[in-house]
Amino acid sequence: MVRLCVICNKERAIVKRPKTGQQVCKGCFYYVFETEIHNTIIDSKLFKKDEKVAIAASGGKDSTVLAHVMKLLNERYQYGLELFLLSIDEGITGYRDDSLETVKRNQQQYDLPLKIVSYSELYGWSMDQIVKEVGLKNNCTFCGVFRRQALDRGAVMLDVDHIITGHNADDIAETVLMNILRGDVGRLQRCTEICTTGDGCIRRSKPFKYTYEKEIVMYAYFKKLDYFSTECIYSPNSYRGHARTFLKDLEAIRPSAIIDIIHSGEAFEIKKEVKLPTQGVCKRCGYMSSNELCKACVLLEGLNRGLPK
Amino acid sequence: MSSLKVKLSFSGGVELLFDNIKQKSIEISSSINPPNPTTMKDLILWMKDNLLKERPELFMSGDTVRPGILVLINDSDWELEGELEYEIEDGDDIVFISTLHGG
Repeated sequence: MVRLCVICNKERAIVKRPKTGQQVCKGCFYYVFETEIHNTIIDSKLFKKDEKVAIAASGGKDSTVLAHVMKLLNERYQYGLELFLLSIDEGITGYRDDSLETVKRNQQQYDLPLKIVSYSELYGWSMDQIVKEVGLKNNCTFCGVFRRQALDRGAVMLDVDHIITGHNADDIAETVLMNILRGDVGRLQRCTEICTTGDGCIRRSKPFKYTYEKEIVMYAYFKKLDYFSTECIYSPNSYRGHARTFLKDLEAIRPSAIIDIIHSGEAFEIKKEVKLPTQGVCKRCGYMSSNELCKACVLLEGLNRGLPK
Repeated sequence: MSSLKVKLSFSGGVELLFDNIKQKSIEISSSINPPNPTTMKDLILWMKDNLLKERPELFMSGDTVRPGILVLINDSDWELEGELEYEIEDGDDIVFISTLHGG
């Protein structure tokens, strides 16, 4: 029994979209996938014409598909953007060096300029060195904090004030769950925003905000896009892993749960009386911070003094 | 009783559970649980017993594949083919892709 695509009614359906439950053929799948991202970009007014935009690229599935789709949409709809690839080398042997090779191939394939910034050059510490110093707990905290700053610094070096990342719907739903589980009201407010302003007015957007991870992987598979896929060797004990397992179980029961959690996150309102941290700048390095010293400086101080955290 | 030739492909990290092999051709009985024809459910259990080198909980969850692992049968989403109930045919091409890694 041949199932026909519900959109064109001509070709054989090869994907069941988790977002809508529709069964679609290859051509229609490409079209709806790309067009929905285009609509997200337009509805959220993410870009201005002639803007310089850095695509945060790790060589993984999301950033590779992001680079591919952004180049495609930029040409198809004439966004007029100047695109760059920006990559961070955290110094994780056997993980990051391999994925950076993928980014270098992406640079050739998509013909985009590439900039690589490393933790070693920025902070004097690679992740391998950090893990040796602090052990296997809280590594993700160091890495996440340092990477955020590293991307902003890399953008400045490229003279770019807009970074886009490949965070997808699954990632954002996981973050919403994590923030609820940890009672982090401040982050809960910000984490569903599609565009946030960082240090020195560097904006950060997530065009894949409503794009399901399953669809990104299917798209990459059918389009035969080259990406690197291994779990970071330091991640198995991460908090996010638990949220991810829970989310995947929810998706198996009701696929719309992912988008629903994002909508719930967007709908949260904090009571007026609740005190939220205010944003200032770090006394030491000038990066944005809600405390006297930014988290990266606090972590670095701990590292350099030889104390964990 | 005849046998079925099936080609298995692994990517996205799944290959690590199968001795780092990305593709493997196998031959299985057309009726692993007689008198019923071999289904995906039978195949997956067969893979667990005969091919899986380590950490079965990273490939399977109960009777089915772990949530987060996508399955394609002849380049088509297994959700459209009946998932576990799909009856394997000779020459089938089955792909397992994990989505559970950084992007």
